[in-house]
Amino acid sequence: MGEPVLSIANVSKSFGALKASDDVSLDLRPGEIHALIGPNGAGKSTLIAQIAGGLKPDAGSIRFLGNDVTHLDTVGRAKLGLGRTFQVSALAMEYTALQNAVLGAMGASGGVFRFFRRALKDQGLRDVAEQALARVGLSDQAGTVTSELSHGQRRQLEVAVALTLNPKAFLMDEPMAGLGEAGSKEMTGFLDSLRAEAPILLVEHDMDAVFTLADRISVLVYGRVIATGTADEIRNDPEVRRAYLGEEDE
Amino acid sequence: MSREGLINLVLAAILLAVPIWAHFADEPFIITLSTKVAILALAGVGLNLALGLGGLVSFGHAAYFGIGGYAMGILASHAQDYTPFMEWPFLIEGTNQMPVIWLVAVVMSGLAALAIGMLSLRTSGIFFIMITLAFGQMFYYFAISWTAYGGEDGVSIYVRNEFPGLNTLDAIQFFALAFIALMLALIFSSRLAKSRFGLALTAARQAEQRVETVGIKPFQLRLTIFVISGMITGLAGALMADLNRFVSPVMLSWQTSGEIMIFVILGGVARLFGPVAGAALFILMEHILGGFSEFWHGWLGLLLLIIVLFARGGLIGLLAGKEKADG
Repeated sequence: MGEPVLSIANVSKSFGALKASDDVSLDLRPGEIHALIGPNGAGKSTLIAQIAGGLKPDAGSIRFLGNDVTHLDTVGRAKLGLGRTFQVSALAMEYTALQNAVLGAMGASGGVFRFFRRALKDQGLRDVAEQALARVGLSDQAGTVTSELSHGQRRQLEVAVALTLNPKAFLMDEPMAGLGEAGSKEMTGFLDSLRAEAPILLVEHDMDAVFTLADRISVLVYGRVIATGTADEIRNDPEVRRAYLGEEDE
Repeated sequence: MSREGLINLVLAAILLAVPIWAHFADEPFIITLSTKVAILALAGVGLNLALGLGGLVSFGHAAYFGIGGYAMGILASHAQDYTPFMEWPFLIEGTNQMPVIWLVAVVMSGLAALAIGMLSLRTSGIFFIMITLAFGQMFYYFAISWTAYGGEDGVSIYVRNEFPGLNTLDAIQFFALAFIALMLALIFSSRLAKSRFGLALTAARQAEQRVETVGIKPFQLRLTIFVISGMITGLAGALMADLNRFVSPVMLSWQTSGEIMIFVILGGVARLFGPVAGAALFILMEHILGGFSEFWHGWLGLLLLIIVLFARGGLIGLLAGKEKADG
């Protein structure tokens, strides 16, 4: 499968006595969707924050595209090509969907320090932004203010903004949340096609989506990865069943 | 044209028409009041860039206003006394030329904003408000103790400074200068708000994480707007000092910071013409209510309370409605 695009090695992070990440190692290979699952409070968000650059691990290292990025901040990692979507939408709520997407396109193209020309008149930026909106099926809502978008549409916009960056890897935190059944199916189909462009590290609670999409699954419990493997391996892993899946209505 | 655009145009027209009428009606005091509105509005336009677009609640903009004022006072007083500002290591003379004074005012207030911004933009919220206030007070007490330039009494100059080709002693001509400076600052602001920089800056106010995630550093955006903001308010300070032919530590006091903020809030935070409407209303109230009672600030306070509670968009918001997102 080639060199991993993203690899997390022996990462630990504690908050006081709580070990939020306990010697976590996992990697993301080209062309794959690697799902990260685990019960609430397992430390998924903490791990995502460390991978994205918002939190520094106490120990361990994170490599992205062959670079040690352990000490790089969020901006630096984004510039290297890490495209992130948030669990709770982090979008500019007063902006239209298009403006949010243009912001992404601007980050990717550089040249933020331009003070006179109207950003929305820049056809280059608009093209990238409109294309991304079209890909997630939001073209109709381009002119809608984000605070007026439905919860599901905001999830789609999150993904669209990440797309504008043309990233080398995606880090997606619950992109299906609140999408409803039809929306979930659509997003699943879309992510399925997206993995050819860039691999996806996917945190998701929707088990149908996870087992449909994931090439590999890692299970996080109390900050530890208790198992990594294919969907079948995870389904039949006794420790996983005990710790996690047994509690679900699978 | 949008409704807000129309209102802005009408406001600009009124601000221009009133002093022209006063000029022909021989009412120099009205021209002076109009000039004051234009200059204070300019100071507010500066603050509005940081406060409105950037979401940076600076409670220390008097520092830049005062630095602009002292740039005028110091340079002009040396020119007036025929003494050099400094002789060693190289000679710097005073000047009574406005363009030079303005340049010095803008550069000095920009440098001060750079230094203050580098330190205070590491904080946010209430800490940012307090630290900018603290820096403002430092400049205030420094000016009070700076006896070379009058200490608490400040510096007076006898004749207004000169501008090539104009007679600045003629009230209407000096008004024209202030008005043009204000209009240029407004045009710049409106362009900036919709530029790439403005888009990113305003996004950083709404969703800082998002901006970082697309690879843009919010700190750099904020520092840049903070410096631009300080420079514009500094220019207003230089004009104000020239209008009064006087500068004193009062320009640097926290009350001045508060007043500049009041212009912005009265008129409408982040609205292009907010500071213009706010400064005009403030001066009108000061002039009319101040005639009845020297405690007119009580009424100002009541008005502010009403606006903050019921009309977040300020005067412009009341007239033009909610701001439309850029299409």
